Amino acid sequence: MNAPALERIANHLRRETLRAVHHAGAGHIGGVLSAADMLAALYFEVLNVDPRHPRAPDRDRFILSKGHCAVGLYVVLALRGYFPIEELQTFDAIDSRLQGHPDMRKLPGLDMSTGSLGQGLSPGIGMALAARRLREDFHTWVMLGDGEMQEGQIWEAAFTAARYNLDNLTAILDWNHLQQYGWATPDGYASIARLDPAPNPRVKWEAFGWNVIECDGHDISAFLDACKAARAPRGKPSIIIASTIKGKGVSFMENDFTWHSRPLGGDDVERALAELA
Amino acid sequence: MSGALAQRDVFGDTLIELCRADPRVVVLDGDLANSTKADKVAAAVPDSFYMLGIAEQNLVGVAAGMASAGLIPWVSSFAAFLATRDLDQVRVVVAQPALNVKLAAHYSGILTGYTGKTHQVVNDLAIMRSLPHMTVIAPSDADEARAAIRAATVWEGPVYMRLLRDPVRAITSSGDGFEIGSARVLRKGSDAGIIATGAQSVRALEAAEGLSREGIQVAVLHVPTIKPLDEEAIVAFAATVPRLLTCEEHSIIGGLGGAVAEVLAERHPARIERLGLQDVDGESGPNEALLQKYALTAEHVAQRVRRMLMPV
Repeated sequence: MNAPALERIANHLRRETLRAVHHAGAGHIGGVLSAADMLAALYFEVLNVDPRHPRAPDRDRFILSKGHCAVGLYVVLALRGYFPIEELQTFDAIDSRLQGHPDMRKLPGLDMSTGSLGQGLSPGIGMALAARRLREDFHTWVMLGDGEMQEGQIWEAAFTAARYNLDNLTAILDWNHLQQYGWATPDGYASIARLDPAPNPRVKWEAFGWNVIECDGHDISAFLDACKAARAPRGKPSIIIASTIKGKGVSFMENDFTWHSRPLGGDDVERALAELA
Repeated sequence: MSGALAQRDVFGDTLIELCRADPRVVVLDGDLANSTKADKVAAAVPDSFYMLGIAEQNLVGVAAGMASAGLIPWVSSFAAFLATRDLDQVRVVVAQPALNVKLAAHYSGILTGYTGKTHQVVNDLAIMRSLPHMTVIAPSDADEARAAIRAATVWEGPVYMRLLRDPVRAITSSGDGFEIGSARVLRKGSDAGIIATGAQSVRALEAAEGLSREGIQVAVLHVPTIKPLDEEAIVAFAATVPRLLTCEEHSIIGGLGGAVAEVLAERHPARIERLGLQDVDGESGPNEALLQKYALTAEHVAQRVRRMLMPV
């Protein structure tokens, strides 16, 4: 699928996310909007997956380590045909397969349960090691949030993946430059400005032995090129550091940490959907 | 116990067999292989051995990923680290998704080779049995550990298995087999009953043997599976004796004693006493001195039974 078609899917993904979050009265928006272009590109072009066979042993694996953005993953799975779009209306409802954070026991198509930040990269290592052991050539992709770079386990995993030369593992850092509340700038907490959750990621990941690829996470062509480069065998794991905008696509949400997780009120949905039309 | 095998030796030897028999079985080490004897696996079947460094949180996550792809990972570390440092990882990527990860919790209890409180976890049974989907096993001797490791490997789902650093007297035989979820009467008696688990079953049996020579006949029920608990066996056992004592190398809060109290309170109200660590941490010292100080020796068990049977 070419970049313009993927952009249309990403736009659709953003709209359905807003509708699902509005319907549920809860959900994380900012981090889904930052990741939307990449999620669309992954599920409609990059990942070797088949919605009819969500447990196929040779499928590519995808772990959403920033599990609070589950609703975005559900939307892209629905759009890709894993389950009917109407089921998105059950997001966060009782008995739903679409839990606030991804539950692999409930929904086929989820390769790992996540939600407690910092934990997603480690199972990705396990999958990559299993692929090698079972002589499967699937690739494992793990999307990380920049806030969870503050978790120690990420760096345990970063060290280990490089130690095992896992070039069948790729991390994608959704570097949207904001976390839930964040650290104040010298202007203090009265200001909406915040320090970067994960400054200088290239230096850190290179120091841990990773192949680093940087791109604009909203430029789908650039992201597709980055994924292609990440798949190339080079004897070390790759990380795509994708610079993004939290809340991307809705002007009044962009670069505003308060839209990390917040119910949509008043005419928020109408205004947002109008911008995404 | 010179001559007797330690459970950690049995762990290494049994995993070598299991890894050779099934390439899906792998051993993950957190840089403790020469303590836990996982180094035997590293030497004999290096392709099945994964060193994951001093990074226990990642260790458990890696195992979860492997299990999701069809492997059967045995995570080999100390009980203290698996049950407490790794609790969030065990909860979120092992127990909640019910992935087929086996946790080999070495150096369990307080006999941990002069390591002291940081390396002794006194409440791992309490923590692990409260996790939905988790199976919790505490074998007594080496033969039982071998059988339990084999049984856990073919059991579908997460297992936490307590293993001992040092040898104990053999109280089971290799022919006994191991059925997860089954308790076993080791000795009959009608004056009192002891319900015990892990190494403390060995000391309980020794206490019962000593008391028998004094004319006090004490029954012993060995409960190697803490979860799923063999409630039927516990209720049936309780019905045969007037007084009951639970016995474990673990806190009296929430472990075997807690589990037995819960079951009997609901199904067969009976007065029970709990012998174990009295809501205290451990410390470093020689094994015999630790057992003396924390009142866990066979003689302490016997004294407790005698006191329990004294007319009020």
